Amino acid sequence: MIGLSVLYVVAGLMFALFAIGSATDRTNPRRWGNTAFWTLFAVSFLAGSWLPDVVNGLILVAMALVAGFNWMGRGQPAPQTDRAERAERWGDRLFVPALIPPIVTLAGTLWLKHVSIGGQPLVDPKQVTLISLGAGILLATATAMIMFRARPAVALSEGRRLMDSVGWAALLPQALAALGAVFAVAKVGDVIGGIATDWLPLDGPLASVCAYTLGMALFTMVMGNAFAAFPVMTAAIALPLIIGKHGGDPAIVCAIGMLSGFCGTLMTPMAANFNIVPAALLELPDRNGVIRAQIPTALILLIANTVLMYVLAFRF
Amino acid sequence: MWVLLGVLAVVLGFALRLNPLLTVVIAALVTGLAALIAPGLTPVMLWHGAVDTLAVLGKAFKDNRYISVTWLILPLIGLLEREGLQERAKTLIQRLKSATTGRLLLIYMVIRQGTAALGLTSLGGHPQMVRPLIAPMAEAAAEAQDPNLSDQSRNRVKAFAAATDNIGLFFGEDIFIAIASILLIKGFLETNGIIVQPLHLSVWAIPTAIVALLVHGGRLMLLDRRLRKEAGL
Repeated sequence: MIGLSVLYVVAGLMFALFAIGSATDRTNPRRWGNTAFWTLFAVSFLAGSWLPDVVNGLILVAMALVAGFNWMGRGQPAPQTDRAERAERWGDRLFVPALIPPIVTLAGTLWLKHVSIGGQPLVDPKQVTLISLGAGILLATATAMIMFRARPAVALSEGRRLMDSVGWAALLPQALAALGAVFAVAKVGDVIGGIATDWLPLDGPLASVCAYTLGMALFTMVMGNAFAAFPVMTAAIALPLIIGKHGGDPAIVCAIGMLSGFCGTLMTPMAANFNIVPAALLELPDRNGVIRAQIPTALILLIANTVLMYVLAFRF
Repeated sequence: MWVLLGVLAVVLGFALRLNPLLTVVIAALVTGLAALIAPGLTPVMLWHGAVDTLAVLGKAFKDNRYISVTWLILPLIGLLEREGLQERAKTLIQRLKSATTGRLLLIYMVIRQGTAALGLTSLGGHPQMVRPLIAPMAEAAAEAQDPNLSDQSRNRVKAFAAATDNIGLFFGEDIFIAIASILLIKGFLETNGIIVQPLHLSVWAIPTAIVALLVHGGRLMLLDRRLRKEAGL
């Protein structure tokens, strides 16, 4: 059965090659920081499953120190002036490799679930989408290398160029997920839920709806993830008050409550893969530029969600 | 209560603009140690607590490696950029005389929201769609209007491209019945003795989805107006 471990090996090898590429990149003034960072990432992917948990923790700490001491830099890519010319030559054929990953992901998600060999599923049914995405990416990369007659070394150095522009931010979503696990063990959510019920005025239906939608958004901003906020805030406010005391419809309250949490996701650097990583990928000078663009939409939607919940939940 | 020191560490770290990765790791260690605070705490217990916290952190870090698998796409995107993908995306936009930044992003938002509502959440995203295609197209549309586009406006257009992907995804995906958040709500209600059908949940995501399209779509039109003004049109 093909599981995520296959993708981990591929990713681990890619980061190992990024590390080697960084070590030999004399145009990067801080190349040893990059080398250390990508080596640690490669070790985590290749050996993480066999290492003791404490060692995995130390790997994360070491990577955070490399990033925190600002030891990572960027190499100067070889100047290339003929991109427009090349684009002219390839025309719309350029879009073909770009479209392979989504198409393969879609097809794989729909069909691979049903493929089995000797009664064993070919692909881990729980991970079909991710594995299809991985397969799509590999197929597309191979297609592009053949189409452009590019050696694997070219693909790797182009990949590393982009990876360096993202830098340590690449690790942030995964590190935040790990922080979420520590928060869960330390029961941070329960403490915040307790504070919410103690401090917010919750008498009437409108007040409890406001407390719930606002609480979902705020707690999501702290945790970076609406999924972490949802069980806590719903158990603290929605179940006993909006649904229990005032008779709100559970499906409406919970559906709109979750969407109120998503408004919080749009406004916090803790939701790194949606807000901080794209700012790095698009090379925005302001790390919070994407958040700034989202705040007005998020605030209006938060008000809209509150109104919608109040209007709909007690009526259906 | 002491565990809130971890949350405080996060807030302080971001406020002081410390490196976010370092902030996150410090916050995790602070939280783990703060959870131990009680009368009679000894240095030995503190040491064991720190090791335990590292283990929880390390296990979760390892278990969440799948999040970083998406970076496998970078060599492909890099190759395509080298052959001029961004330039081609720009040419495509410049050929459409009526294309403006706002209209283009609005079309992308409708597609992103629509496909997410059908459960196809991985058809978009920042590394695979926004950086190579959507952001350059939005930039090209802005440039077509104003050849002297300021850096500030250029960055705003890029930020809006990323924001549009997020907003389309967030307020589309909950209409699909088998998405993780719907299943989480269903499971949570079930453990509390309330049975709801996923379809019943996803239906109530539709009003917000419509409002999201109107609000963000409206802001995209305002972005167009702002760009036009700056271009002196």
